[in-house]
Amino acid sequence: MKEVGPIARHTISVVVDNESGVLARVIGLFSGRGYNIESLTVAAVDKRDKRSRITAVTTGTPMVIEQIKAQLDRLVPVHRVADLTKDGSFVSRDLALVKVMGTGEQRVEALRIADAFRARAVDSTADSFIFELTGSADKLNAFVELMSALGLVEVARTGAAALSRGSKGL
Amino acid sequence: MTVMAPDAKIPDATIAAESDETQISGAKIILETLADLGVDVIFGYPGGAVLPIYDEIFKQDKIKHILVRHEQAATHAAEGYARSTGKPGVVLVTSGPGATNAVTGLTDAMLDSIPMICITGQVARHLIGNDAFQEADTVGITRPCTKHNYLVKETAVMADVIREAFYVASSGRPGPVVIDVPKDVQIEKAPYRVKKHVEHRTYRPQVDGDEAAIRKAVKALATSERPIIYAGGGIINSGPEASALLVEFARLTGMPVTNTLMGLGAYPASDKQFLGMLGMHGTWEANHAMHDCDVMLAIGARFDDRVTGRIDAFSPGSTKIQVDIDLSSINKNVRVDIPVIGDATSVLRRFLEIWKSEGYGPRQPSLEVWWQQIDRWRDKKCLSYTDSDEVIMPQKALERLHALIQGREAIISTEVGQHQMWAAQFLGFDKPNRWLTSGGLGTMGYGLPAAIGAQIAFPDRLCIDVAGEASIQMNIQELGTIAQYNLPVKAFIMNNEFMGMVRQWQDLSYEGRRSETYSSSLPDFVALAGAYGIKGLVVEDPADLDAAIQDMIDHDGPVVVDCRIAKVENCFPMVPAGAAHNEMLLSGDAVSKPKDDEALAVV
Repeated sequence: MKEVGPIARHTISVVVDNESGVLARVIGLFSGRGYNIESLTVAAVDKRDKRSRITAVTTGTPMVIEQIKAQLDRLVPVHRVADLTKDGSFVSRDLALVKVMGTGEQRVEALRIADAFRARAVDSTADSFIFELTGSADKLNAFVELMSALGLVEVARTGAAALSRGSKGL
Repeated sequence: MTVMAPDAKIPDATIAAESDETQISGAKIILETLADLGVDVIFGYPGGAVLPIYDEIFKQDKIKHILVRHEQAATHAAEGYARSTGKPGVVLVTSGPGATNAVTGLTDAMLDSIPMICITGQVARHLIGNDAFQEADTVGITRPCTKHNYLVKETAVMADVIREAFYVASSGRPGPVVIDVPKDVQIEKAPYRVKKHVEHRTYRPQVDGDEAAIRKAVKALATSERPIIYAGGGIINSGPEASALLVEFARLTGMPVTNTLMGLGAYPASDKQFLGMLGMHGTWEANHAMHDCDVMLAIGARFDDRVTGRIDAFSPGSTKIQVDIDLSSINKNVRVDIPVIGDATSVLRRFLEIWKSEGYGPRQPSLEVWWQQIDRWRDKKCLSYTDSDEVIMPQKALERLHALIQGREAIISTEVGQHQMWAAQFLGFDKPNRWLTSGGLGTMGYGLPAAIGAQIAFPDRLCIDVAGEASIQMNIQELGTIAQYNLPVKAFIMNNEFMGMVRQWQDLSYEGRRSETYSSSLPDFVALAGAYGIKGLVVEDPADLDAAIQDMIDHDGPVVVDCRIAKVENCFPMVPAGAAHNEMLLSGDAVSKPKDDEALAVV
């Protein structure tokens, strides 16, 4: 039954109590039940109420996505779960730090492409840059792809941070 | 020792008034809180990391401690206690091996939704992570097999954690909760305050079903031609009132009822509307009625693979209504048309009210065609077997046991395997909370400790573990516990010298290659019982069966019965691996090999 239906990518937001083990519970649930995680981002978002927000990007059939949401919802320290993809339009951003090494024409070309992608150089030496870039995963992939021909050294990336559009919060 | 401030997260008016109270140790807080919550018994086993708690147990007399012989047995005893009383079972074990030995019982309680609190000792806080003696990452290990777990990092929050744990374990869909307590937290002192109910900040299960969904469900049932009620363990968990409401609803509507393995007793087995258990070893009539129904009311049941058989052939064409307190049970295995999230008692009450107020009335006349069809299925007499004068047939043994315990309000536990399925088929339960079995996890070794737990809760009731000779050996050491407390538990061992269910599958699917399923070097069970000072009986001749069972029942104390049954009898009816409900095998059917590797992979 789980194979039935088209597989789609969903971005799921989870507001949890910021207590020890909560991330392990969420990750354990995904691995234990065989769900995919494409990316996962987590950080404390409310110091006073001790809450964190987890953004998970996952893929599955509609039935599996519904299960993921229900399974997350029954974890005790979970406050709210929302399927942003299902609930309407939303804004989603990944962040990448991209280190590129090069001189001369190669260096100029890297800067030119960075400008086109609205990436910022946050560290520069005579022969290297670190670019900071935010955007969709696809945009980041494209940038990294272009840089690989221009002296790419290494990449650090976050998963998605996402919010639904409009005035309402989770 | 630092004294922590009272937990500021949960405001409490009583704190100020009691600020000058004396401080007590974490261990004492545990005992006080448990007593305050109405706990009367703990099943446990001592060890280094729980010495302070055991010292407090020694010093008090409100809570009885039952010393088991293995921590796994403590968890199953707690399950037996919980399942027979409806109250959470409480377990106390030490760190490391104590906790890891409890894991099987925790997982069992998780899969069967049994409320359980398991307090585990942990090494002192400053030693955590250092590979200290008897250290294990208990919260890490038990995270996937508990409903929730806690590591208590300061004594000041101990009482609140225990109260919250009881709330989580017993509300919504019940389950096991672990509280891991470092030894120094047990020793450290903090103020103890008596506090009533804790409302959890995030965990608040929905009890009342959505009104529109309920109305839609009732209408679908009222206009159906071939309805069926498929009721599971959720009815038992909801409480005896849910069973009473289920009976009232079924009688009012005239619909047939089937129960899952975990639901047996939720609807009276002797009632004419009862079709028996459904699923892999369910009755012909229950499975065919499920397959052919037009509207199915699933209530407190989760469409387990043992119930559904081949999922794409499961009850095709029926409108499926599912009532469950756990949202994640909806649309997990089977697509449901009308989901109702809520507690069985609350939702059934509303079903009845709406049925009456809408004037739907009894369905008996209009369901006549359906009942005629059901009667034709019943005519198959799917549980019939060929009796023998030479050997005791397992079905016969249980038929006679059933007959001889009538009117005794007996509580039956089982181990796992053929004997468990035969017990489910032949023992006919008319009331809830009298049937203790490991359904979801299928844990061999469950039955003997579960019977202990039930016997502790009901000292005067007849508690029988219907066992297999292989399963019972997985926790046979609990004869020691039975002897110590002189519990009149009866172990009725259906001894066929095989791990019968595995052998049955080998015979059906592996051309009879009986790999490692012969119970070799069996102990002399009568002598073994005798070694514990327990009465032992052996019965081999069918002519002696009744006398042996009666002897077991009449004896004022524990008894082990070694009932030698037919060695290679298989359990039927059976939905073979990878088959649909209407492709059942009956006793005597020619058995063919599984169709393909996919069917072979179905466990």
